Amino acid sequence: MKPIVSTDVAVLGAGPAGLAAAVSAAETGAAVVLVDAGAQPGGQFWRHRPETVVPEPDGRGHHGWKSYLDLRARFDAARHQGLITYLPGLQVWMAQQNQPTQADDAGFTLRTTPTVAVAASGAGVGAQAIVARRLVLCPGGYDRQLPVPGWDLPGVMAAGGIQAFIKANGILPGKRFVIAGTGPFLLPVAANIAEAGGKVLAVLESSSPTAWLPHLRAAAGVPEKALEGAQYAAVFARHRIPYRTRSIVTEVLGSRILGMDRVSGVRTAKVDVEGSARPGTERIYEDVDVVGFGWGFTPQMELPLSFGIETRIDADGSLVGVVDERQESSVPGLYLAGEVTGVGGATLAVLEGTAAGTAAAGGAVVPEKTAARHRRFAEAMHGAHPVPAAWQDWLSPETTVCRCEEVTAGQIMEARESLGAHDARTLKSFIRAGMGWCQSRVCGFASACLGAGPGVSPTAESLSGIAKRPLAAPVGIGELAALDADDH
Amino acid sequence: MSTPTRGTAEATPSAAVVRVSFDGRPLEVAPGQSVGAALTAQSITAWRATRKGERPRGLFCGIGVCFDCLLTVDGAANQRACLVEVREGMEIEGSCPEVPSEEPGGRA
Repeated sequence: MKPIVSTDVAVLGAGPAGLAAAVSAAETGAAVVLVDAGAQPGGQFWRHRPETVVPEPDGRGHHGWKSYLDLRARFDAARHQGLITYLPGLQVWMAQQNQPTQADDAGFTLRTTPTVAVAASGAGVGAQAIVARRLVLCPGGYDRQLPVPGWDLPGVMAAGGIQAFIKANGILPGKRFVIAGTGPFLLPVAANIAEAGGKVLAVLESSSPTAWLPHLRAAAGVPEKALEGAQYAAVFARHRIPYRTRSIVTEVLGSRILGMDRVSGVRTAKVDVEGSARPGTERIYEDVDVVGFGWGFTPQMELPLSFGIETRIDADGSLVGVVDERQESSVPGLYLAGEVTGVGGATLAVLEGTAAGTAAAGGAVVPEKTAARHRRFAEAMHGAHPVPAAWQDWLSPETTVCRCEEVTAGQIMEARESLGAHDARTLKSFIRAGMGWCQSRVCGFASACLGAGPGVSPTAESLSGIAKRPLAAPVGIGELAALDADDH
Repeated sequence: MSTPTRGTAEATPSAAVVRVSFDGRPLEVAPGQSVGAALTAQSITAWRATRKGERPRGLFCGIGVCFDCLLTVDGAANQRACLVEVREGMEIEGSCPEVPSEEPGGRA
């Protein structure tokens, strides 16, 4: 039988939202358990070199590092006082609401499994079950992807994956980069590559700076973002990084090196406002060894969805959880903070985590004007950087859409036309799109779009149909079998 | 060249290099790196072949979401190279089909 940890408040995730939630709940007086898949605090945004190797990271290449240091100091202090139990290196593979026994507050159970079988320190904790009266989910998100011919070649990475690689390892994954997609996140990725000594041949942004004009009021409400933008502009100028707007990668080119295919270049084009490639604008970048793609972010929704919470489609087309001003979801006692309530960046995530942690511990939450400004800014950002309406035209029938099960765009369109598979879940059962190891995390948005048809946005039903994952992380059969024995 | 260890630090003494093997071949990599980063630093960018098309795969999402970078570490199968940290003596195995040793490069 697995060890069981009982607590007032369980927080999932040690990124900006989760750290803020855990610290705030502890400071409000609750006993807190913080469980995180990572080996050390920070999440993706504040990912840094292992502290066993670099004990005091200087925060270079990071934003809001002072905010991290503040949260980290409070986190360490609360751990020291025994108010927070920290369980790193564990992934939650199942989350359940407990059956009410006597009165109220049945609470929640999280079942965990080690993230990696072989922990470097050798000191990782084993699988645990966590039982908590209140639960704060801060699982974050990951890069949203759109398939394009050649995107399955080694050397193609998620833009956030390149960022994580640099932050975690202190080295670059290649020498010559092209970064493409849409959104302000492409800027820090390119800047970090250049500052680490890599050559960024171009940043290709499918949108246009004029797309910001209708949103200037919202942007002006968050002056620190303008400052951040100016800093990137300086880095781009210093390293002579071309920033090409209304431009896309139409194909990733590969070559065979020592018998192995890998990236060698990209074919690009200028696009119109819909995202259709304009004839005669083709261009080729050669000697590229890493291509980074990012089309905004997808919130990690499987755990919130497993509780059947109310959801909505956010301004960026992502499925997110509905919360009140205390970050409480439609399930009493279940709080959400960070990207799962709408992609809005780290500053907003910290504000939301603070509210969620305070509320979960029974404290009073004061509505934050700053949070409202950041939400308006995020909405403006999403409006200015949409997924191009015509992106499906970039595909050829042979383009791989589902990387795990190797399902092509042609197979998906065929299933849509002849089998009437219009939502991602039906595509999954008919042709295995989204059925593999990643459980549609990578191709889910794209296959939902392809099922809906050209120019049509996927519905909340389609997105939630595939984001429901009965097992939120792969587990051994032994852990599944132990479920009965563990039940209490 | 000897690899000095710092005996005074209370944390794990950080050696200058970590010795691992990839498909039986010895590699010296930097401490604290992920297996995926350590291989990439050695210009190894793919270590798995897909089931149907036998397409080469390596790092993609870089944060444990896509499972493209799976390999075997010390006998444990299906580990994510982007998340596992290298450790002295670690045996890493990919699942790419044997590659002919000399083949002229060319544009596909």
